[in-house]
Amino acid sequence: MTTSRHATAAEPERRRPRPWGDPLFRGLAAAAAGLFLLLTAAVFLELVRGSELSLAKFGPSFLWREAWNPVTGDFGALSSIAGTLISTLIAMALAVPLSLVIALFLVELAPPAVAKPVGAAIELLAAVPSIIYGMWGLFVFAPFMADHVQPFLSARLGFLPLFQGPPMGIGMLTAGIILALMILPFITSVMRDVLKMVPPVVKEAGYGMGSTVWEVARKVTVRYGARGMAGACLLGLGRAVGETMAVTFVIGNNHRLGASLFDAGNTIASALANEFAEAADPLYLSALVELGLVLFLITFAIQGLTHVWIRRLERSAGRGF
Amino acid sequence: MKKLLAAALLILATLPAAAADLTGAGATFPYPLYAQWADSYKKLTGVGLNYQSIGSGGGIAQIKAQTVDFGASDAPLTKAELDAAGLVQFPMIVGGVVPVVNLEGIAPGALKLSAALLADIYLGSVKKWNDPAVAALNPGLALPARDITVVHRADGSGTTWIFTNYLDKVSPAWHGKVGCGKEVAWPAGVGGKGNEGVAAYVQRIKGAVGYVEYAYALQNKLTHILLENRAGKFVAPTQASFQAAAAGADWSAAPGLYLVLTDQPGDASWPITGASFVLIHREQRDAARAKSLLDFFAWCFAEGDAAASTLDYVPLPDDVVALVEGVWKTGVKSGGAAVWK
Repeated sequence: MTTSRHATAAEPERRRPRPWGDPLFRGLAAAAAGLFLLLTAAVFLELVRGSELSLAKFGPSFLWREAWNPVTGDFGALSSIAGTLISTLIAMALAVPLSLVIALFLVELAPPAVAKPVGAAIELLAAVPSIIYGMWGLFVFAPFMADHVQPFLSARLGFLPLFQGPPMGIGMLTAGIILALMILPFITSVMRDVLKMVPPVVKEAGYGMGSTVWEVARKVTVRYGARGMAGACLLGLGRAVGETMAVTFVIGNNHRLGASLFDAGNTIASALANEFAEAADPLYLSALVELGLVLFLITFAIQGLTHVWIRRLERSAGRGF
Repeated sequence: MKKLLAAALLILATLPAAAADLTGAGATFPYPLYAQWADSYKKLTGVGLNYQSIGSGGGIAQIKAQTVDFGASDAPLTKAELDAAGLVQFPMIVGGVVPVVNLEGIAPGALKLSAALLADIYLGSVKKWNDPAVAALNPGLALPARDITVVHRADGSGTTWIFTNYLDKVSPAWHGKVGCGKEVAWPAGVGGKGNEGVAAYVQRIKGAVGYVEYAYALQNKLTHILLENRAGKFVAPTQASFQAAAAGADWSAAPGLYLVLTDQPGDASWPITGASFVLIHREQRDAARAKSLLDFFAWCFAEGDAAASTLDYVPLPDDVVALVEGVWKTGVKSGGAAVWK
């Protein structure tokens, strides 16, 4: 703020700013941004309105009951909520470390001749529609899981309830892995862009102090880009939580909660995709809308928690952005 | 002035409608056949059909809201439901639901199951293929000691409705625990999306049993079973056995043509047979349009059998067609006058 905004005598012909220009722009921009808030509020209200019947009948117990019986009209969301969280957890646990390593490789280690084509391939993968992942998962990946991965896991880790049961190829684990493959390109490409924006001078300072590549990556680059990378994870998380088609193909779709990751299950999004079209009974429809409401709240909660977490991370790092 | 405007609007609104194609919405199961029929009919007469395969539930909702000329549903509406909405219903084609298995060394049509056993398998109480109950029905067959994996539809569907309607009729245990619906609380197994999803799961999972529309069983070369019918005979799923079930049924005694073709009498009847229904309004707003719609259906009944058979659907028996046309004559009116004579 050291330079003066107003023209001095040296530039007398400068156009005078119109007095309403700035306020108008500010108003339009605010309205556009406000539209988002309005839309979010409208979606929330509509979901609450649509699930009134179910809310009235089942109350909060909807959240922890496993029953899902369209014939008798008895509904609970436990298996769907658990399925959503478990499949997302598997996906994030696999995709985040892998993305971080790939992004670091592309930015820090790979020569441009390698980084460019790999980067392009990643962006291409991010554009593949989810139904393709679903079909591939069902016809190619599920048989591979059934014949190789699941028997292997059963043999080595079969003492854990997590890896017991017949190897069907489909189920929670397969769905989680497919999800991981789907969100990997998203997280990687955003992380790569974040890491690229770390100023070279900061890194060079690290190298100047005799740090190794690993030390600079861990203590400088990743720290510096923490907020952006958390954003990248959030993007992947958002896609994983709400992913529908790919999961529906491989998760096995039943409303039961199994102890094993080989068991079939369902997620909120897959249950909606499967059942919405033929749900004619008002209570059934209402229960499905309430599932949507739960998904909305889960997404909201994840967003909130991530923001809190990032703020804490920044405070511990001693500076903001 | 207002009246004049309204009249002008009315004319504007009806003009394109008179020239436009017929519209329908509903069940996905008959969609390939309806599309084929519509295509041939358009070449012949210039009248086209715009059919949206959005599912039976959607079809019922759309016809009630009068946004389409007809709705299509795999599960019939009861007489009371029809009367409440002012609708007429009639069957259009017959199809069969076929249990299929994936068992090494078992050829198509080699495995025999009874109604009660099929229900017990889907209830999860018979868990192994070499269970004594299965072996008793199949004395000569080498049954593997494999776990049975039950595969069902994950999405709400008319196919599931027909299948569970059958189990509900033949098994008191199923009736007590599960019941009949387009989507039920399955006691066992995994769910595939659509006929193709179930077919894919059955093909992938060794020891799986599933149920699909006849056409899917044929096209995917799945291993069908022989099922015991009401007469105690083991029958194979064929066009002839579906037609036998439709012919054996007493349509004239069914109010509103509400007739479910599962578990029908007759030595040759396939027990899990179902009809796909069409719903139209009893009182038609536009007599000419209604006439053109019924002309289309009449043409399908008269000339469409070959196309139906090619696509592995089963045409209605002739006496049922006569009955349906009788319903059109007496049941569909426009301004008090019969639309179809």
